[in-house]
Amino acid sequence: MKLITAIVKPAKLEDVRAALVDVGIQGLTSSEVSGFGRQKGHTEIYRGAEYAISFVPKTKIEVAVADDQADAVIEAISGAAGTGNIGDGKIFVLDLGQAVRIRTGETGDEAL
Amino acid sequence: MTKIFKLTSIVALAATGVAFFIDPALAAEAKPKLDTGDTSWLLISTAIVLMMTIPGVALFYGGMTRKKNVLSVLMQSFAITCLISIIWMVIGYSLAFSKGGNAYVGNFDLAFLDHLTVGAINGTIPDSLFVVFQMTFAIITAALITGAVAERMKFSALLWFVGLWSLVVYSPVTFWVWGGGFLGDAGVLDFAGGTVVHINSGIAALVACIMLGKRKGYGVENLAPHNLVLTVIGGAFLWVGWFGFNAGSALGANGGAAMAMTVTQIAAAAAGLSWMFIEWVTHKKPTVLGIVSGAVAGLVAITPAAGFVGPKGALAIGLLAGLVCFWGATSLKHKLGYDDSLDVFAVHGLGGITGAILTGVFAVEAIGGTAGALEGNLAQIGTQLYGIAATIVWSAVATAIIIFVIDKTIGIRVDSDAEAEGLDLSQHGEIIH
Repeated sequence: MKLITAIVKPAKLEDVRAALVDVGIQGLTSSEVSGFGRQKGHTEIYRGAEYAISFVPKTKIEVAVADDQADAVIEAISGAAGTGNIGDGKIFVLDLGQAVRIRTGETGDEAL
Repeated sequence: MTKIFKLTSIVALAATGVAFFIDPALAAEAKPKLDTGDTSWLLISTAIVLMMTIPGVALFYGGMTRKKNVLSVLMQSFAITCLISIIWMVIGYSLAFSKGGNAYVGNFDLAFLDHLTVGAINGTIPDSLFVVFQMTFAIITAALITGAVAERMKFSALLWFVGLWSLVVYSPVTFWVWGGGFLGDAGVLDFAGGTVVHINSGIAALVACIMLGKRKGYGVENLAPHNLVLTVIGGAFLWVGWFGFNAGSALGANGGAAMAMTVTQIAAAAAGLSWMFIEWVTHKKPTVLGIVSGAVAGLVAITPAAGFVGPKGALAIGLLAGLVCFWGATSLKHKLGYDDSLDVFAVHGLGGITGAILTGVFAVEAIGGTAGALEGNLAQIGTQLYGIAATIVWSAVATAIIIFVIDKTIGIRVDSDAEAEGLDLSQHGEIIH
């Protein structure tokens, strides 16, 4: 199993969700994060005091998938979240040691 | 005989008629009489001036602080409202408005408001109404200072400070200008509190924030306002409530009050525009914090002038106040390096000084009874400067002494950890979730 973590632009969350559902994903988790990469932050100004904000708001999506689904999921996310501009985000793939469905106690691929 | 009687009657009636034409008081008994129109307006004014503090000042400041300190700012405004109400009742009003003292401060004759009865009249309104109307001014003056010391002052020290300051600085200065003291006698024009409220609190704020020291991380960390929506709401409450502050200071529902309301609106609008435009030019973008701050600066500046100037004077006062206060908040502060968290000195101190001086320039005799420089009375500017100087000196010196004493006894600043944690949690055990 793999845990796929994607950092994407917040506006792309809905597109990514739809694309993942299309490839058969039945659940995911999203959270609001902030960070930076090559995309620079912005400047705010309050009564003449300038603040350079390095962090950019992003959305993190985590989805646990079976090994044979991983490539399709990566492709779905890339396609939906990409704009061609700096700041599109990144995808990280981690090995997932175990997964459990709490209600039934199912483990492994059945829990996904 | 009937003819003589008739003639005498006609002459007597004519004489009364002439006397009535010259002065109605001659035909009737000259005695203070309650005017329900004046009373209604002052009742409303009192309520909306209180609203200027809670939630006006509370939200205006609250939105500008960091999230971890918002509750502390709200708490300070609310606690000051409660504390100053009682202090005013117990002794503050007496020191400010009793007649038995000297040229500098009243005495204890009116302590605990024992003299108040339901029927007692002050001018054309109930005496108790005058007391509570003035109470709302004492409250907001103290609340304004909290902006400069925000995010690092100990709550207990703040309570001690405002309590003592209200007695030692606010009440005496009020007496000087409005209570029959030496500044009013000298002809200083201050319609609704340019010196008494704004210069007073602005100077106290400057001294207090310098003695308190800068916030941790000032100039390095992100101290950005956490929610300017609150600030705009607070600013709007201030603007609307200011009609009670300025027009209510006419102490009547009459043409003077209406003109005061009109010039107040013009000055606020003009200052909002001038701050917005100067910021647009110098910093490339017009900001919502800027326009709200500008409007407040205009309201501050028109405060001493509200009953003395006309619409064109108000326009000039507003435009200039926006520019002066913008400079104070964005340039002067950074050049001199003090941390006046929410620019109380720039807006209230400098705005009040600007307004007080310009009152001497733009005063129109036909409006408020005194001519200003533009009508040939150049000396009025000198008189205004005298009032400004007296207020600055007393407020600065007394504030410094009070802060010094409190710091040596209980300490005025929270410790470093408490400041980092946020005053909401460290001083009040509460947070915004």
